[in-house]
Parts: sequence; C-alpha cells; structure tokens
Amino acid sequence: MNNLLIVGQYVPTNSIVHRMDPRIKMLIIFFYVIFIFFANNVVSYALFTVFAVGGTLLTKVPWRFIAKGLTPVWFLIVFTFILHLFVTKEGTVLVNVFGLPIYSGALEQGAVISLRFFLLILLTSLLTLTTTPIEITDGVESLLGPLRRFKFPVHELALMMSISLRFIPTLLQETEKISNAQASRGVDFRTGPFRERVRAVIPLLVPLFVSAFKRAEELAMAMEARGYRGGEGRTKLRELQVMKRDVAALIIFIIVVAAALITRDYS
Amino acid sequence: MDITFKQVDYTYQANSPFEHKALKDLTFHLPGGSFTAIVGHTGSGKSTLLQHLNGLVRPTSGSVQIGEHTLEPKKKPKQAKELRKQVGIVFQYPEHQLFEETVEKDIAFGPRNFGVAENEISRRVKESAEAVGLDLSLLSRSPFELSGGQMRRVAIAGVLAVRPRVLVLDEPTAGLDPRGQREIMDMFYRLHKEQQLTTILVTHSMEDALTYADHMLVLDKGEKYMEGTPVDVFQDRQALQQVQLDVPEIFQFLQKTSERFGKQLAYEGENFDRLAEQLADLAGDKK
Amino acid sequence: MHAIEFKNVSFRYEEEQPYVLRNVSFQVEAGEWLAIIGHNGSGKSTIAKLMNGLLFPTEGEIIINGIPLNEENIWEIRRQVGMVFQNPDNQFVGTTVRDDVAFGLENRGVPRAEMMDRITSSLEQVRMQDYLLHEPYRLSGGQKQRVAIAGVLAISPSVIILDEATAMLDPLGRKEILDTVHRVQAAQQLGLITITHDLNEVMQAHRVLVMNDGEIWTTTVPRELVKRQTELQQIGLDVPFVTQLAHALVRQGINLAEQPIDHEELLDALWTLHSNK
Repeated sequence: MNNLLIVGQYVPTNSIVHRMDPRIKMLIIFFYVIFIFFANNVVSYALFTVFAVGGTLLTKVPWRFIAKGLTPVWFLIVFTFILHLFVTKEGTVLVNVFGLPIYSGALEQGAVISLRFFLLILLTSLLTLTTTPIEITDGVESLLGPLRRFKFPVHELALMMSISLRFIPTLLQETEKISNAQASRGVDFRTGPFRERVRAVIPLLVPLFVSAFKRAEELAMAMEARGYRGGEGRTKLRELQVMKRDVAALIIFIIVVAAALITRDYS
Repeated sequence: MDITFKQVDYTYQANSPFEHKALKDLTFHLPGGSFTAIVGHTGSGKSTLLQHLNGLVRPTSGSVQIGEHTLEPKKKPKQAKELRKQVGIVFQYPEHQLFEETVEKDIAFGPRNFGVAENEISRRVKESAEAVGLDLSLLSRSPFELSGGQMRRVAIAGVLAVRPRVLVLDEPTAGLDPRGQREIMDMFYRLHKEQQLTTILVTHSMEDALTYADHMLVLDKGEKYMEGTPVDVFQDRQALQQVQLDVPEIFQFLQKTSERFGKQLAYEGENFDRLAEQLADLAGDKK
Repeated sequence: MHAIEFKNVSFRYEEEQPYVLRNVSFQVEAGEWLAIIGHNGSGKSTIAKLMNGLLFPTEGEIIINGIPLNEENIWEIRRQVGMVFQNPDNQFVGTTVRDDVAFGLENRGVPRAEMMDRITSSLEQVRMQDYLLHEPYRLSGGQKQRVAIAGVLAISPSVIILDEATAMLDPLGRKEILDTVHRVQAAQQLGLITITHDLNEVMQAHRVLVMNDGEIWTTTVPRELVKRQTELQQIGLDVPFVTQLAHALVRQGINLAEQPIDHEELLDALWTLHSNK
C-alpha cells in the first residue's frame, strides 16, 4: 500500500503539461527561478504570477492536492513574512504591535518575498506533479548529454537513477516486512527512551542492507545475462521529442520574461 | 489460547483516493490447541489477517480477541508486548530477519526483548535450536555463513525461543526443496502436538492443509469464503476453483476415478495403500 | 550439432575449495525440454550460470550451437541463451513492462523502430500485451516472470533456461509460467532447460537430468525416473502422486503394464484391468 505514497507526488491527469517534454519543463523552471529575481514592481510580479498560476490550472491537478503538497512550506512562507514585518525599517510607521512599529516598507517587502517564495515552490512542484520520475531521469540524461565529451558518466548516472526509482517501492515493502518481523520479536520502534529507539533500528537496518546487497548482486547478474555491457553501442527505447506544445510553452515563457524585463522599474 | 474475530473490517488508507478494504466483515473462532490452515489467492487478505493476530494492526471496525487480549478500533492495546510474547509469527522467508553476529545471539534476541532472565535464555536457545534440528556447533557461527535451509531454521528457532502459546506460520516452507519442506512441516506439527500450540498456517499448499490442519478457512477478497474441516472444504472443488484454488491431488484423482468408473469413491485418509486397496477392488469389480 | 553440450565440466569457485560440479557431461538438442532436478546445493544452479557465461568452467568445455564458450564469444552466447532467474523482483530492470522488455534490445543496439514491434510480439507470446505501461509493483509474481520471459524472447534466443523461475510463485503463477513456456517452446522449437523442484514440471519435460552432490546422478526420461522411487527419496527428492499410487498398487498385487506418468494414464490402466475381468 505504501507504494502509492511514492508516486503520491505524481498525479496522472494526463494534461497538456504532463505530455510536455521533460527537458522543456526543466529548462523553463530553471530560467523562471533566475528571472523571477528581476521582477520588482506590480506588473512584473503579476506576469510571473499569471504564468505560474496559469500553468497550474493547465495541469488539471486539483488545488487541494497542490495545497496539501505545500503544507510544510506554508509555515516557512508565513514565517518569512512575519520576520520581514519586524526587521525591515523602511517607509512610514503604519501601526504599533506590542510596542513594535510596523513600517509600510516592511509590509511590502514581506509580501513580495513571500510571493516570490510561493511562486518558486509552486512551479517546481508542478514538475514532480506532472512528470514521472523516469521522465525526469530521461530529461536529465539528455540535458547533461554534452558533458559526455568530458568523460562525465551520463549514461551510468541515468541508469543508476532509474534503477533506484525502480527499487524504491520494493525496498519500502521490504522495510515494512522486516519491521513487522522484528516488532513481533519484541522490538519496540515507537516508545521508550531515545537511546533505546536508536538501538532498535539496528535489527531493521542490518537485514535491509543484507537484502539490498543480495538484490544488487542478483540484479547485476540478471543485467549481465541480458547482455548489458555499459552505455556503448546501446540504443534507447525512450526518446524525447520536442513537440509543438513544447515550442508554444517556450514561446509563451519567453514573452512573459521579456514583458517582465521591459515593465520592471529600472530607476 | 482461543482466537475470535468479530465482524472485522480493515481498510488501508481510509478516506483517501487509494482506500482499499483488505478485510470485510470477517467473523470466525479458533479454539485453543487447534491447527488451522488459512488459504486464499494472493490478495485475499491473508497477510492482513495475520497482522491482526499479534496486534501489528488493529481492526478498522469489529474486534479481535486473542486469549485475554482484545484489539479494538480506536483503543491501543495496553499490553501489546505481552500479546506479542504469546503469539509467535514465522513470516514468509523468515531468514530475512536475521541480523546478529552469531546464531546464538539471534535466537536469543526475542527472549531478551521480552525480558527473559539470562540463564533461562541460554537454556531456551539450546532447546529451540534442537527443536528445529540445528546442530549446536552452529550456534557460534554467523547466521550469514549458513545455507538457506539452515538460516530458515535459525529464524524459526528465534520465534520458538520466546515460547509462544500461538504459532502463526506464513508459508514457512516457501523456497525449500521437497525434503526440507517436509522436515519443517513435520517439525511444526510435532510442536503443535507436544505443546498444544494453537497453530495457524497460511499456505498455498492444499496438500499441507489436508495433512496437518484440523480446521480450514478460505478467504476471498477479504471475506470469509468457506470454513470447515479440510475434508469438508475439499468436497466442493467447483467453489474453490472459482477463487483460483483447487483441491489436493488425491481429491482430484478420486473425482476422476468416480467419473470414470461411475462409482463414488470416498476419501479415507491420505494413505496410498488404502487408496490402492480401494482401486484394486474397483478394478476387480465384475461388470 | 547440439544446442548445448557440456564436456567433462568441473567447477569450483576458488582453488583449494571443494568442487561444486564434478565431471558433468550432457547434451541438449534444439527443440528439446530438459528438466534438471536435485536437492538444494546439488549444483543445479551452477550449471545454469555456466550455460551463459555468468561463470566459466574450471575444467572441461561448453559448446553452444557449435560455438565454444569463452570470453570472446560470450556476448553471442548470451544472445542465444536466454535466462530467467528465481526472484521476479531482482531481474526486473525497467520502470515499466515496456522498458523492461526493451532492456535486452537496447543492450544489443537494436534500432528503435524495430524495438517496438519486437516488444509487442514478445509480450503477446506471454499474454502480457495489455500491461505495457504497468510498473512492476502493480504486477503479481507470475506476471513479472512472464515479462522476464518476454524480455528473453525479444532477443530471439535458441535456448531458454528457467532457473527455479517458478519457486517463488503461488500455484496459479506457477501454472501461468509453465503454460507459457510450454506454448512458446512448442511453437518456436526452442531448447528449454528448467531447473526445478516442481514434480509436475519434471513430468512434462522430455528428459530429466538428476544432480546429486555436484555430480550427474542420472539422465533419463521422466517415466523411467519415477520407477526409482526409493532411491530418489534417499537423495532428498520426491516422486509424484501417481507414482506413489502406482507403487502402492503393485504392493496390492496389481501390475500395471507401463509406469503411468499422469492421472489419465493410471486410470486408463485401471480401466483396462477392469474391462478384462
């Protein structure tokens, strides 16, 4: 059952964003993260906000899901905001809270930084919500492709990533099995003093490692038997292709960035 | 120890899109000292049922009574540890749970956790090693140096050393060769008889259910599908086939014989000589 | 030319260590199904690993379709000899069924255009075509093993080895696998080697090789093998229900003309006796 938690992040609604080339998605996010720091007025921020919110709407992923995914971040966003309220001392004093003056500039800056923070998190979480881990792996392999010239083991890295992804559910299941078995032998993982609980992890970790090594050995043998001998001379079934929708997304993104750069304050 | 399930439901990830009902309205009673076989196709709820037996999970609704211990939905059992001491579970491929440096330490792990006195522990280690047919010279070895069959025995000894009153076996012979399978099952049966252990065997082998169990529970999609003595359950081959199970080979053969000779042959115990006598009579029949 | 030929093969992991296999010689023909049985630790799985160069013999020679097994020919031999292992989880490389079947093709540089056809047709052969995009954790053990077989079929080998490939499956999964290989083997005239404890599997094979403590105990046909019930039990092996019953009938003074290997044969024999009375 806990398998489902693993894909939990990915929500298969098969929207246009899902079908996009993972490389384009990653490129857009990469440059978004850079260019959002150029926004400095209402219009430029509005442009970036519209782009992120629009993108989110296109994914057809329910807001409830996204909000849930952001739960741990809300706290940080609010915290950043409050910190700014009390620390920044610009503009006029608006009100006194418990004898501490709150400045208008603080309100503004707090809001801006929290918004920026929120947008960054939202957009990056769109990647994992709409892209399967293996597509991300393919994308990374392809984007890092040029590094191969410098003897960077791109193929090995991608294979490692994809095998790890493949085995995460298996190992989670195994963890549950072993922890059940040890709990039945009287191990208490949940209560007791901290030192005891740390000690209780050993009967869980040792069998897990033993089993992971055994799996690795068997997997290596199976791969060899199936003719695996490194990246050379290999063809690939998964091929990434840039489609019209990817070009369109890229163009829209460039327009948004250009507009934001034009409308920002340069004074 | 008596075991009673009363209208037990168990739901994974309740109230989420991934909600899954693993047990539905499950009610049964296993008297102390009985040997019950639980069978069912993969996904029928066997392993969820098994986890209720020592409080690894609690029912979503309904109640489970094991001796004096009661498991109920929102109530944490007060003596979970005491319950686990009394119900030993041999999980599938139990050798995967070994972790200590020596066989001796690994067998002692359970008793130590349950607070058994040191001098008593060493006695129990020896006793349970002998019970599973493990040579005592292996006690000082690392469990990881042993053969698969020996590792399995070490793991089983580790469960027995706690001296449970109820023994739950989840496919204990999976992956062993035929001789190993028989040795392990005969050993469990002997313990069951000698110590009046309430035994619950989860198995795919209808042969084992027939040979060892006095009671049988068939599960399908989390519900009780059939219950009774193995011989009774095996009378209805069609019903079993509907849930991807079958009857033991001897029942299949008896059915075919009856069809061929137009005369009902009854099951008279798993004895080839007796069966051969029946067949000899049948073949010798004048037309 | 034999599909597989072992000539006086011995094997040990390291010098000074005892031999795991001693002086093993046998042949498998194209289109033949050979079952290898023996108790755990008898050397069965070592034979399997030697057959496609996962191990090399310490002494002796292995020849696959006329090609001697050595470091140079190893990739050609692995193309001809496909192997399915015991644990369904530890041989599933891909993140989906499609990717897993593709793995062997990718390794051999099969052009992408050709890959999809081969994947579909081999998945059809094991009746898993409807699971193309399923992740492994959504499959049963039997289904995973069928995907493993498809992965092997995709590279069109001449021999398939199942190394206890049904040992970890439930009876239904076991039946799925046996039906599948039976069908595929008959259709393609593949050499098939199954290493197993499962008696039903043994009885279906054309020939049986029995291993005991690293040596060949006997090579024979199933029907002859089961006559030696007592000896088999001495080396830790079982005989099928029908055989045990046939032996019990002999004890009752009923002699059957031929050793039956399944229910039907035994019933036929009884029926003949019955009618002749």
